[in-house]
Amino acid sequence: MITRREVLQVGAATAALTAGGAFTRAFAQQRLTEAELLRFDPLGTVTLLHVTDMHGQLMPVYFREPTVNLGVGEAKGQPPHVTGKDFLKRFGIPEKSAAAYALTDQDFEALAKSYGRIGGIDRLASVVKRVRAERGADKVLLLDGGDTWQGSLGSNRSKGQDMVDCMALLKPDAMTGHWEFTYGEARVKALIDGLGFPFLALNIRDTEWNEPAFEPMKMFEKGGVKIAVLGQAFPYTPVANPRWMMPKWSFGIREEDVRANVEKARKAGAQLVVLLSHNGFDVDRKLAARVAGIDVILTGHTHDALPEAIAVGKTLLIASGSHGKFVSRLDLDVAGGAVKGYRYKLIPLFSDVIAPDAEMAAMVAKVRAPFAADLKREVGRADSLLYRRGNFNGTFDDLICAALLKERDAEIALSPGFRWGTSVLPGQPITVEDIHNATAITYPQVYRTAMTGERLKEVLEDVADNLFNPDPYYQQGGDMVRCGGLGYSIDISKPIGSRISGMTHLKSGKPIDAKKEYTVAGWASVNEGTEGPPVWNLVERYIAAEKTVRVTPNTSVKISGV
Amino acid sequence: MRQLSRRAALLLGASGAALTIAGWNSDAFAAAKDAADDIAKFTGGKTAEKGKVSIELPEIAENGNTVPLSIAVDSPMTADNYVTDVLVVADGNPRPGVATFHFSPLSGKAEASTRIRLATTQNIIAVAKTSKGEFFTAQKLVKVTIGGCGG
Repeated sequence: MITRREVLQVGAATAALTAGGAFTRAFAQQRLTEAELLRFDPLGTVTLLHVTDMHGQLMPVYFREPTVNLGVGEAKGQPPHVTGKDFLKRFGIPEKSAAAYALTDQDFEALAKSYGRIGGIDRLASVVKRVRAERGADKVLLLDGGDTWQGSLGSNRSKGQDMVDCMALLKPDAMTGHWEFTYGEARVKALIDGLGFPFLALNIRDTEWNEPAFEPMKMFEKGGVKIAVLGQAFPYTPVANPRWMMPKWSFGIREEDVRANVEKARKAGAQLVVLLSHNGFDVDRKLAARVAGIDVILTGHTHDALPEAIAVGKTLLIASGSHGKFVSRLDLDVAGGAVKGYRYKLIPLFSDVIAPDAEMAAMVAKVRAPFAADLKREVGRADSLLYRRGNFNGTFDDLICAALLKERDAEIALSPGFRWGTSVLPGQPITVEDIHNATAITYPQVYRTAMTGERLKEVLEDVADNLFNPDPYYQQGGDMVRCGGLGYSIDISKPIGSRISGMTHLKSGKPIDAKKEYTVAGWASVNEGTEGPPVWNLVERYIAAEKTVRVTPNTSVKISGV
Repeated sequence: MRQLSRRAALLLGASGAALTIAGWNSDAFAAAKDAADDIAKFTGGKTAEKGKVSIELPEIAENGNTVPLSIAVDSPMTADNYVTDVLVVADGNPRPGVATFHFSPLSGKAEASTRIRLATTQNIIAVAKTSKGEFFTAQKLVKVTIGGCGG
């Protein structure tokens, strides 16, 4: 049986700064110490460390958590669909505290100046080493939930090698994936061959014979407990990303295969069953309620950072955030093949507080060296906060859309609702690295095409259903497609085909005509043979011409049915 | 006919069941036949009971032109109690009929796999008929998307 959830532990990170604005960076750091951030009263004999969705980020980042993250169906109003002040209230976090800064959008600009960047794989390495040393390496499993090898200039140019080389120093015990597959079968196989630890994915089969294409699980023994780790890759990789890049692999949730592997693990003597998942939180919540025998699901994909474990029946769901901001520590007391108790802490890696690991810092410098000149090159300056994360729009996407409209002379721009992409503070230079942190994919071509109003509505309806279908198994886990030059209303409670209305061509103020053709520019098309310049070139040219970028709040999407 | 035999061969290889393929309607403009009519014809108007039938299909199709489908019916498959036929219909295709699988006690298991084509998001319904004249059914919604904005 699982004991009552532990009191929120975000270390000393709940200590609030004095309200009223006089919080200097030095003062903020005084309040936080590495020892307190990592302080943990150990429990049982097993420790799981979990990182996920690092998206190619080796350095500490600014990443603003979402303002809008709506849940539908049974997930409505449930974590992770709680944001801002409601989030602080739900988890008992003081306003303006370090935890408030790490976990929400509240006072982001001011708190970012006080608390600084979060993350950095060298800080992560410090924490991993310390936990292994204090706990005993024979009790610790380090698991990587995937979306590790993609999302930055260095990752894209090295085809994931920079992340693989740095992660190798951390010595993870297993990983699974999603964007990894967009490097193509040959590259993925070559990287996996050199990992030295298993890449687990029970839900991928080959398209020819419908047979398992990856190792489904791995058995470990830690702290005297037999642990089965099952891997679940992102089920909709060939739908949300180009299928032509991975034609021999077929994915899917494959609930039956999850069930079969759990049973197999138990039969093989597993006393603890862990699903290392890239399903997305809502999918995992449903899965946990339907598949018996999973003790822990380490969730990923939807980039949620929750300071508590969420229990679904006897299964614990852990959400460890994204972009290298956090590492989760879950201590488990396992006896007689059951979890008797647990203690959990989501550790925010405040980069000013946690000392970097020297060995990892040297490796980061080494893998970044070939691109160093590009990475730091300043293209322009931000006059307002640039961020992406949120269900409907983000200022970085508005900037990308403005670039697409201008540089490709289009009436309407479409930009994918990815959940990765870092933030730039007002007053900061916008570097080439910042641009790539929002655009670095292996299919970056910006197309220019004609679409009828009817087709545009179909696209919006289709993507909205990926996000707001009340059955999580039909959700893909991205955010809504971002639009430039196009406004609309959305009722998220309606079924597909009825959510979108009031589509307006913003420049003329006229309603979108179903039969009229509009010139549309967009990027990240999943179609093979898409032609056009890479999106980062257009964005760079646009920012260079603008010099200083100010993005005003986007009010062109009206939301209802919440 | 080439397509028919290829699919039939694939199926036979998988399970040893015989198959009649309804085929993709060559007349794209023909009115969609109501799936319910097909089922009513198959059951002789009897209401099929939910259960015993499991359908394995993706929730979201990776490629609507070739969606892997497996069906299995929980049955002893003995001489006096076995599944004789399984009808599969897709309620959103121009012609809803997908396939009818035929079994005998010699089939051993009432299981079959094939690949189907789905024009749009729709329900796939399987109805099993037993030698005792019972009918069992299950259905699953398969979404066919435009795709491309997840992640």
